[in-house]
Amino acid sequence: MKITVNGRPVDVPEGAMVSAAVSLAGITAFRRSVTGEPRGPLCGMGICFECRVTVDGRAHVRSCQVPCRPGMEVRTDG
Amino acid sequence: MDRYDVLVVGAGPAGLAAARAANESGASVAMVDDNPAPGGQIWRGTSPALPKAKVLCGARVVAAPTAGRLTLETFDSDFDVAYGALVIATGARERFLPFPGWTLPHVMGAGGLQALAKSGMPVTGKRIVVAGSGPLLLAVADYLRRHGASVALVVEQAEQAAVMRFGLRLAQHPGKLVQAMRLRAGIRYLTGCWPVSAEPGAVTLRRGARTWTERCDYLACGFGLVPNTELPMLLGCGTSVDDFQQTAAPGIYAAGEVTGIGGLDLSLVEGEIAGLAAAGQRDRARRLFAARERHRRFADALERAFALRPELKALATDDTFVCRCEDVTLGRVRRCAGWREAKLHTRCGMGPCQGRVCGAAVEFLLGWKQESVRPPLFPARIGSLSGERE
Repeated sequence: MKITVNGRPVDVPEGAMVSAAVSLAGITAFRRSVTGEPRGPLCGMGICFECRVTVDGRAHVRSCQVPCRPGMEVRTDG
Repeated sequence: MDRYDVLVVGAGPAGLAAARAANESGASVAMVDDNPAPGGQIWRGTSPALPKAKVLCGARVVAAPTAGRLTLETFDSDFDVAYGALVIATGARERFLPFPGWTLPHVMGAGGLQALAKSGMPVTGKRIVVAGSGPLLLAVADYLRRHGASVALVVEQAEQAAVMRFGLRLAQHPGKLVQAMRLRAGIRYLTGCWPVSAEPGAVTLRRGARTWTERCDYLACGFGLVPNTELPMLLGCGTSVDDFQQTAAPGIYAAGEVTGIGGLDLSLVEGEIAGLAAAGQRDRARRLFAARERHRRFADALERAFALRPELKALATDDTFVCRCEDVTLGRVRRCAGWREAKLHTRCGMGPCQGRVCGAAVEFLLGWKQESVRPPLFPARIGSLSGERE
């Protein structure tokens, strides 16, 4: 399945979450904290909100809880 | 609005057991789960057979507008569900303790990294240190190793003697002993050892008088589990239950890790009891009390063996962030008189996770307990809360 992360195409396996796609794109900083620190996923289960990204224009989506869909456009601000 | 005789929140082992028992008792049943698939963290979409119940996945409870009704939100919708009886099986999350460097992107939860790997994050060829406390560490290390990671070592903060006593206790549960031995084989496991700081691409560990740095692509670090009690707190029913898993509020039941950390077997039997009782089958539920008692003793032994050592309270310095959502340091929080003041003056616990991460840390470090929970339970869209739907 193909999606894009920050405009670049990424091949993701069936059933993968958006968090996996961001990692597969080689990105470790999923977002910047309020003081500008790079942050990535912590809990992997939708609790911590550290893995927030923008999915198809919708901001603050927890990437670990949303399955990839073909053509999805993901943006990180890390 | 849809209405069910029994609504189960959480589709992990306890929730699935409750839904199955209630359904087989003739009740109409729905299950709600925040995750995209049922199974909880332990099964994650690969659970054995699913009960005959409406499954609402990718849906989280954000509010309880009136008695007998919950408001749910999904990625692109929101709706209310009504229930006759409610079973709360919201499970547990990892306890994260702050130490210098714990916010670096290569530092994740132990269960956290496993969950991310199960979700497709590649770990093949990665050098990983697993740290923290509890039997989950070995399960995570074993999973990562089987998926091509190089697990450099596993470090457990509890002392060797306590872990050994727990190991002997496992001998009374032969299945668990075999599982533990299989997990342990070939993994470098150090007890009485914990991380003191993380640096980019590394972690610094301490064991007795020795402090050293290990290179790692990921540090998978979690200090046991804490129950997800936000929903019972919002409903005001608490998490103390009677013999039938019923909370202080009639018709609201709680089962599994939300009532205390006890592992898979205890969750399954508690869920079954709650599901039967919620469907009015008290006599059948009663037959499971003895099995539950046995598993509870195992849970008590688990808690004693992996109790957190006081030295861990000294890991975070005044400059270490405790609240990762709002980047609030321990020094600022420490100066406050309690949770309320910390929230008002520093915004600790006021970010998107609503204290789910820093709450357990602050409770361990400063002894403060969160007293109340307000809706929405999770950050929600305005439309989900306006009541203008249907």
